[in-house]
Amino acid sequence: MKAILALEDGTTFAGTSFTGPGESSGEVIFNTGMTGYQEVLTDPSYVGQMVCMTYPHVGNYGVNLDDVESSRIRVEAFIVKECCKTPSNWRARDTLPEYLKRYGVMGIEGIDTRALTRHLRLHGAMRGVMSTEVQDPESLIARARSIPTMEGLNLIGKVTPKRPYVWTGDGPKDAELSADGSYAWPGPGPKLVVYDFGIKWNILRLLAAAGFDCLMVPSTTSADAVDRLGPDAVFLSPGPGDPATLAPEVAAIRTLTEHYPVGGICLGHQLLGTALGGKTFKLKFGHHGLNHPVKDLTTGKIEISSQNHGFCVDLSGVPDVEKTHANLNDGTLEGFRHVKKPIITLQFHPEAGPGPHDSQYFFTRFRGLVREAAGK
Amino acid sequence: MPKRTDLKKIMIIGSGPIVIGQACEFDYSGTQAVKALREEGYEVVLVNSNPATIMTDPELADRTYIEPITPEVVCMIIEKERPDAILPTLGGQTGLNTALAVAETGILERLGVELIGAKAEAIQKAESRQLFRAAMEKIGLKVPVSGIARSLDDVREWGKKIPFPIIVRPAYTLGGTGGGVAYNQEDLEEIAGRGLAASLKTEVMLEESVLGWKEFELEVMRDHADNCVVICSIENVDPMGVHTGDSVTVAPAQTLTDVEYQAMRDAAFAIMREIGVDTGGSNVQFAVNPENGDMVVIEMNPRVSRSSALASKATGFPIAKIAAKLAVGYRLDEIKNDITRETMASFEPTIDYCVVKIPRFTFEKFPGSEDFLTTAMKSVGETMAIGRTFKEALQKGLRGLEIGVYGLSDSYDAPDCEREDLIASIRKAHSRRLFSLRRAMRCGVSLEEIYEVTKIDPWFLRQMKEIVDEEEVIREFGLHESLTADNPAVAPMLERAKKLGFSDRQLGSLWKRSRYDVRRLRKELGLAPTYYLVDTCAGEFEAYTPYYYSTYEHGRELTPPAEKKVVILGGGPNRIGQGIEFDYCCCHASFALRELGVKSIMVNSNPETVSTDYDTSDRLYFEPLTQEDVLNILDLEKPDGVIVQFGGQTPLNLAVPLLRDGAPIIGTSPDSIDRAEDRERFKALLSKLNLRQPENGTALSVDQALTIANTIGYPVVVRPSYVLGGRAMEIVYDDSELKNYFSQAVRVSSEHPILIDKFLENAIEIDVDALSDGTETYVAGIMEHIEQAGIHSGDSACVLPPHTISRELQAEIERQTKALAAELSVVGLMNIQYAIKDGEIYILEVNPRASRTAPFVSKATGVPLAKLATRVMLGEKIADLKPWQGRKTGHVSVKESVFPFNRFPGVDVLLGPEMRSTGEVMGVDESFGMAFYKSQLAAGQKLPAEGRVFVSVNDSDKALILPAARLFAELGFTLVATSGTAAFLAEHGITAEKVLKVYEGRPNIADLIKNKNIALVINTASGKKTIHDSKEIRQTTLLYGVPYTTTVAGAYAMALAIRELKGKGMAVKSIQEHYGR
Repeated sequence: MKAILALEDGTTFAGTSFTGPGESSGEVIFNTGMTGYQEVLTDPSYVGQMVCMTYPHVGNYGVNLDDVESSRIRVEAFIVKECCKTPSNWRARDTLPEYLKRYGVMGIEGIDTRALTRHLRLHGAMRGVMSTEVQDPESLIARARSIPTMEGLNLIGKVTPKRPYVWTGDGPKDAELSADGSYAWPGPGPKLVVYDFGIKWNILRLLAAAGFDCLMVPSTTSADAVDRLGPDAVFLSPGPGDPATLAPEVAAIRTLTEHYPVGGICLGHQLLGTALGGKTFKLKFGHHGLNHPVKDLTTGKIEISSQNHGFCVDLSGVPDVEKTHANLNDGTLEGFRHVKKPIITLQFHPEAGPGPHDSQYFFTRFRGLVREAAGK
Repeated sequence: MPKRTDLKKIMIIGSGPIVIGQACEFDYSGTQAVKALREEGYEVVLVNSNPATIMTDPELADRTYIEPITPEVVCMIIEKERPDAILPTLGGQTGLNTALAVAETGILERLGVELIGAKAEAIQKAESRQLFRAAMEKIGLKVPVSGIARSLDDVREWGKKIPFPIIVRPAYTLGGTGGGVAYNQEDLEEIAGRGLAASLKTEVMLEESVLGWKEFELEVMRDHADNCVVICSIENVDPMGVHTGDSVTVAPAQTLTDVEYQAMRDAAFAIMREIGVDTGGSNVQFAVNPENGDMVVIEMNPRVSRSSALASKATGFPIAKIAAKLAVGYRLDEIKNDITRETMASFEPTIDYCVVKIPRFTFEKFPGSEDFLTTAMKSVGETMAIGRTFKEALQKGLRGLEIGVYGLSDSYDAPDCEREDLIASIRKAHSRRLFSLRRAMRCGVSLEEIYEVTKIDPWFLRQMKEIVDEEEVIREFGLHESLTADNPAVAPMLERAKKLGFSDRQLGSLWKRSRYDVRRLRKELGLAPTYYLVDTCAGEFEAYTPYYYSTYEHGRELTPPAEKKVVILGGGPNRIGQGIEFDYCCCHASFALRELGVKSIMVNSNPETVSTDYDTSDRLYFEPLTQEDVLNILDLEKPDGVIVQFGGQTPLNLAVPLLRDGAPIIGTSPDSIDRAEDRERFKALLSKLNLRQPENGTALSVDQALTIANTIGYPVVVRPSYVLGGRAMEIVYDDSELKNYFSQAVRVSSEHPILIDKFLENAIEIDVDALSDGTETYVAGIMEHIEQAGIHSGDSACVLPPHTISRELQAEIERQTKALAAELSVVGLMNIQYAIKDGEIYILEVNPRASRTAPFVSKATGVPLAKLATRVMLGEKIADLKPWQGRKTGHVSVKESVFPFNRFPGVDVLLGPEMRSTGEVMGVDESFGMAFYKSQLAAGQKLPAEGRVFVSVNDSDKALILPAARLFAELGFTLVATSGTAAFLAEHGITAEKVLKVYEGRPNIADLIKNKNIALVINTASGKKTIHDSKEIRQTTLLYGVPYTTTVAGAYAMALAIRELKGKGMAVKSIQEHYGR
């Protein structure tokens, strides 16, 4: 079924919908990973975005039951050169088109994804609309211009949980809090409150593997409420949208940094940076892929990183913070630590899922930090 | 950490001659490494015996030893040069093995020479199966269970430990003879029993079978700070059981989830660390069970490899160059990515296209060998294609193979669907299996069934099926639609077909139109390919490397500026008769153009080569060398010139069609090429110049052939007129052999005439390379063949300058060469083959193009022929270039050919008019004898200084062998001969021990060879019966690795070589020293 992708700057691409009739809109970005589309589809940080994969053959290994980063597909739409309808992999349980259809998410193929990618690189990520219904490009372009821009968009409400929960190994389970807001931590490990702004399940797996006893909480949880839970440390998850719109969360985090060791990934890193006095800004087309080199300045080691972010933190003028990780492609900040407080962060994704495992030490490093803080 | 300053001089070991399994890829890697190290200010000493390489160009390294790559010779060079370090990981298995053997002598410790890149222990750990297995177990990775058995009892024991099916591989046999797959204990004992008997060392290896598992490779790099990256993943279309060099492979991996891919990545890094590869590139091969994802490690190469060349070309990441920099201490984050300029080498390339590599085979050259593929590599070359999809890349790759197909369709007739044969044709892997798969699909065999039989992943099968199905759609379209530009249905149909990689030729065949009609239609509709960039980053960053592939998309990334530019057409995949020599010439053309300030544009499809390095030319098009693909490039570039004379037959065949389309071909005109190639025009040309050729005629029937042969007189050389490169060429001695030739080898008809030439017995053959500007001609080299005429010039050894030809004859040859060049208005290079018999000069062949010997002559004389030819083509005059001024003399150069006989068991090693060598080496020294000795050593024959020489020659050769026999006797060798030869030798005063012929009883000559009682074998044979009778001697000789020659002239040259060895002995000298620099 014919479909058109129209961008806000008036550019259009013709393709074919492989999920039947439909319409979709969002910020159009590209991802350069050659594997891991199922993880990308289910990553909550992609809420509000239509993702274009630069590798031309997508769907080759189908979808399976395990490689999911949340309970459903999160992208607004999926843009590929060629979608494979008959996958081949021993773990495959379904095809990519069926998977998208099940969640009512539109997929379009036959797009010159390289041309689209180059366009976005030159002109920046931009709003777009795709449709099988409307074949008039002008009206689609007009609609692309009418949707909200990513800058200034608060999206975590769409993905943060309603209630606290725990991780069971293969899924989340609601947690029971006492009436006074305290929590009976079941495990022996350090007690960790994890703000879920749109977390990926692999973070939960790896925090558990690092020995943490985790309780995930909604983004609206106040600092007082955290105190009542009685954790040893706090962790801030990735998530979608513009970090600059999250003032209440930043305020809570600022308070928490006074009392707890805090770790953060991606949005969590950006919010921590903001809480300590930094500013966020939007990258032209973001970092989305599995191959960016990052240098751990504390060890000199290079890690190939899994990246997915459109915003970045500027820490200039912020006292007592030290850059710990730098992106070797464009020099942007990829992680920092506080020199006086037990705070460490990463802008990229040490949990991989998808991507290289080079940075998984981050979870044990955080564990070490928490243990050290407890000892003091 | 920046580069090391404690190292000043670094030695690089090359890979020697082109052989199956080791081709141009090590010229590409070595050249990159030499350049990278010199860029960093190191003094580079290079050893490589292969003159046809760019890396042995005298300007490239500081000291270039064109010497045999043996441990002894390398030790001599180390003693002389005293390098601080040796980089052993860039010269293939040869470089690695030689470095290891050198290390084992203790010389490195004694002289304080360091192995950089990989230490001896790491090499041993990776190469020894036992050490490797232990290392893998230590890091928790699985390898197929295997064991060595030296008796049937051992076999039974292993049978209990290894799960069936078990692969049996006898050790030390040629080409895996005597091996097989055992499915139960009974099978095992039978096969292993046979294997033990076949093995020279009574040893078989038994291994758990992973046949049919999916095969993957990762190309990984590591720096000394333990930073690791994957450059490229490769998935094989052919599952386990076919050597990866013989498999169709795809980059990146297509059917791995991220979880599986990352597990493989982690494993590859763990392996590199455990093996202890300090720095550089490695290649790790994995097998994955398609049923459950179980992964085993097959092997790792602690060096750059054929696959890393492929990975470099597939991604744009220069692995060898980076490996060299890492070896001298740089870290990945300290080396800039040339392609993006902004980013560093410490990243993992990501690509937004699909790459397909297809091997090229030449089974037709080796009658008697069976066309099936196993774990021993048999392909002689490969082509790579880039497309936006697998389908597009596969079809481009198939037409890039240059085997007369222009995509997945090899025939457009209705397929023969006789079922039994259908399944049989896909069950075993063979060189044309892709076409058999297509046939099976067209016959309606289900993909499930095809998968069951082939274990080729269903993903690949479905991609092929889409192409096959589309073929029918296209055909139907042609039946029902008018194929004109005004039919609105045509443009979408054409675009769809083009996106699936269909060539104009395929479409023409499906539509019963010519390819020109299809091209015209496309042009009317404005449907042309666009050229996308290979940029290592899927478009994420601005890229600066000018490396392009064609595809049918709508973006436009390349607008070639209008400037003075010349397109060079390369040689495509290596094959026998067309290989690295032509790539060498193409690279030199590019270098010359750049020196002249003219933009050089390279078109080639061979991933192994230097010509397809992104920095060899100003722009690189990685494209098949077909008329359609080249014309598309010319349409876009509108170059000032197109060079067709350097890439061998491939671009030459395109010359006339390109000219017809208005291409500005520079150099010798296609009409002159035609005058030299067309038999009748050639005859007229020679008679005009009053030059002589052997008597000849053209036969259109068997009767006519017999008449002509009898008029000319036997022996005659016969060959079909419609094949090139010596295919199906034979020397026949009488009517019955001639009749036999027609009944077995070829058909003759008015469309397929047979050419008959007088065969000049025992004539001396001469090769001449010359450079001409149309008026003046420089005779660059006169090469005298060692073997007498009748052996393909590509297969014979030759010496420059000639060692038995008089000055007068040489002067006459020069005169004739100049006359021919003038008459043909040659602009550029020309090669002429002459024969001298009884003081008369005959012209055998004139090729107005670069020859295989051009690089050899360039190295031997110090005059860079291809570069000068390029300048001449651009209008410079020989009178101004004065090539003779740079000419170096004072040394003798011998070229020797290298053959792949050990890969094709059962094939006779006798040389003949059909070319079968894969590569060549060069020996240089002050005397002919020592230069010849070195050439033999470099080609793998260590001539003995003492022992027994077995002589068995044809009756017609008996008198001719006397000088050689006498010389061997004088040198202290004992001669051994069969009764007839022994009696003849005795008559002439030469004593020889008598030995039985193979069929005369035992112990016979074969027994002596097997018992290592023979140091050298001289065996000449001609005529069907003698050849048949003596074949076993040659087979045994080959199997037991005894030095041999099959020609009288070769025997005499060997005697001279041994005399020199026993006299002055061997010394090493760099080419720069030979040149007096």
